[in-house]
Amino acid sequence: MGDTIASLKIGEKGVIDDFSLDAIPLSLLEMGCLPGKEVRLIQIAPFLDPLYIKVNGSHLAIRKEMAGQINITKI
Amino acid sequence: MEGSVTTNIALVGNPNTGKTSLFNQLTGLKQKVGNYPGITVDKKVGVCKISEDFTAEIIDLPGTYSINPTTLDETIVLETLLNKDNESHPSLVIVVAEVENLKRNLLLFSQIKDLQIPTILVINMADQMERKGISIDIEQLKTELKTEVILISSRKKTGIETLKRKIENYKNWNTEPIASTADRIDKDFFNTIREDFSEMSLYKAWLLITQQKYCSFLTEEQKVKIGKLKSDKVKIKKYQHKETIFRYQRINEILKKVYKVDRSQATDLRSKLDRVLTHKVFGYVIFAVVLFTIFQSIFEWASLPMDYIDGLFADFSELVKTNFPAGKFTDLIAEGVIPGIGGVIIFIPQIAILFMFISALEETGYMSRVVFLMDKIMRKFGMSGKSIIPLVSGTACAIPAVMASRNISSWKERLITILVVPFTTCSARLPVYAILIALVIPDKRIFGIFNLQGLTLMALYLLGFGAAIISAILLHKILKIENKSLFVIEMPNYKIPSIKNVFYEVVEKTKAFIFGAGKIILALSIVLWFLASNGPSSFKNAEADVTLQEQNSGLNSEELQKKIASYKLEHSYIGYMGKTIEPVIKPMGYDWKIGIALISSFAAREVFVGALATIYSVQSDGNNVGTIKERMAAEVNSIGEKRFDLPTGISLLLFYAFAMQCVGTLAIVKRETKSWKWPLLQLVSMGALAYICAFAAFNLLS
Repeated sequence: MGDTIASLKIGEKGVIDDFSLDAIPLSLLEMGCLPGKEVRLIQIAPFLDPLYIKVNGSHLAIRKEMAGQINITKI
Repeated sequence: MEGSVTTNIALVGNPNTGKTSLFNQLTGLKQKVGNYPGITVDKKVGVCKISEDFTAEIIDLPGTYSINPTTLDETIVLETLLNKDNESHPSLVIVVAEVENLKRNLLLFSQIKDLQIPTILVINMADQMERKGISIDIEQLKTELKTEVILISSRKKTGIETLKRKIENYKNWNTEPIASTADRIDKDFFNTIREDFSEMSLYKAWLLITQQKYCSFLTEEQKVKIGKLKSDKVKIKKYQHKETIFRYQRINEILKKVYKVDRSQATDLRSKLDRVLTHKVFGYVIFAVVLFTIFQSIFEWASLPMDYIDGLFADFSELVKTNFPAGKFTDLIAEGVIPGIGGVIIFIPQIAILFMFISALEETGYMSRVVFLMDKIMRKFGMSGKSIIPLVSGTACAIPAVMASRNISSWKERLITILVVPFTTCSARLPVYAILIALVIPDKRIFGIFNLQGLTLMALYLLGFGAAIISAILLHKILKIENKSLFVIEMPNYKIPSIKNVFYEVVEKTKAFIFGAGKIILALSIVLWFLASNGPSSFKNAEADVTLQEQNSGLNSEELQKKIASYKLEHSYIGYMGKTIEPVIKPMGYDWKIGIALISSFAAREVFVGALATIYSVQSDGNNVGTIKERMAAEVNSIGEKRFDLPTGISLLLFYAFAMQCVGTLAIVKRETKSWKWPLLQLVSMGALAYICAFAAFNLLS
């Protein structure tokens, strides 16, 4: 419980539950980061931020701050 | 009827789909860069002959993931597509997608299709389908999307002719919308929109409502209606999210039927490369090596053609002097125009090499990895990982670099980036550095491999970056701006850069330089020549005065001619101007001749070399024209020491490293920040820093 993209370890996967509309920009959704989609953490940048993820076929880098607001269920 | 009206075709697509490759394939060298009305985003337009009697204007719109804009570049896409009166408004749209990211590409396609403009879907990189284990049922996709679909490979040049044949027939294309998400979101709300905006497509009306600002082309009546509909901001945002989710649902349904990937075929090159290039140690080492290679090659590769060009123009001047009848006109050509043009042409090798590296690196997908690596570090300096791209392309020219900061969504990060970019060593500084280094730093090798001159250049680059970083830290502390950053970047797959794309980019940028900065340099050279070879009464009497003065000193005629020439220069208009500012620049070790070059280079730094070339060639009075370098090396001060010695040389290098001597950059900063405050801040603070450092260096070294 309480997992977010930011709490994944490299190589781990999760399914996006939901996120607050205020925190997440529309552009992130448009790039494929949607509720119900599988997300995998590919790489963490050297100073632990940003995070490099694969979600819904897209390879994206987002900052930890935003990743921490996207709730997931680990799988 | 067809002949007089040009048909506009817009190319739209996600970044990294090979949109620019397709544009190059369609238009070849028949392209030009213009501006969108009112804004300075480059508009790339090219002419394409679709068939014998059908020629179209192709507009390469900025790459975007969605029609909902988050940056200025993306706003252009929206405005062009929505505003029927926009001069670039297309009659048809080519949406460029690529096989691997088809799902995300189709989101943008579905949005554009709903605008009910004739639209064709082009799926690029078809040549890679087999290798990646992808198969697409094109016929079925056509039916589902109610559109024409074609597979092409812009790299292998397949499918381009088929595309043209399809375009011929664009008036018969199906323009039905496909997503029809509206009624699933809120039937009543969208019915109201339908009624209020019956004159346009529902989706267009919805887009107009969701924009933060009113689009420029709306009537007052429309603005009132929109104002009412968008009053509930939270609802609008929620509906936008829902719309996106529904669009993806529809796309998923379609792709399930037509798109198959056999994972076992996929290679794992991407993740292997990622692991190395974003590694916490190797990542940075590789980035440093890449930068070092670029800067070394600029110096090593460019020096040969530059010396050649320099020599060529010197010979040419000489040729004109000896073969044309002596007189004002010949002087103007030989001492004003030819050195002036030479001063433009000489930069081409450096600029071409630099842009070649930068555009090749961007094509490979490597730059996104650098953004990823640097983001956390750059944030400490108040910038974003995305600031790396402006800072690196600032090594070519600060003007496009300032414009490249547009995709940084946080205003504070963007402003700091814009303010510090002019510190990076731009290509205009290079010729100044190159010639000064060649004059004052010995051409020696240390540790066997490092060229001392090359190392000095490297040090100057580092100095520029260092100054940029330190100023950024200061600005980060001083500027009180709320920092709301939405950082989302795509990590594209790696690609081998296309030689053709790199070539076009280099040609385009070099052309822009020659016809932009080149005009200023040439004009200034001519003005300088005029000011240097004319003057008030004492100038006209120069010959008599000097002869009288020196009659007892026993000079031979050649020495006397030299004396007269330098006396003339001193008493020319430019001589007086230079003398006036001499007290100000003397503490840095410069004489009035360097002062003139310094002032002229406030128009553009690279004018420095040309200005000195003009001044010294007027002074040489045709006896020994020589190359620019030779003339500078021969210049002596009043007590017969070399004018360009180590203290003066280093002092000049530092002055050029820090001073904001570029009208073009100031103008673009004004336009991008919409205020004179920021460019003035740059001018004053960078100028002060330059003065202090040059002053200190000169006095410490001499």
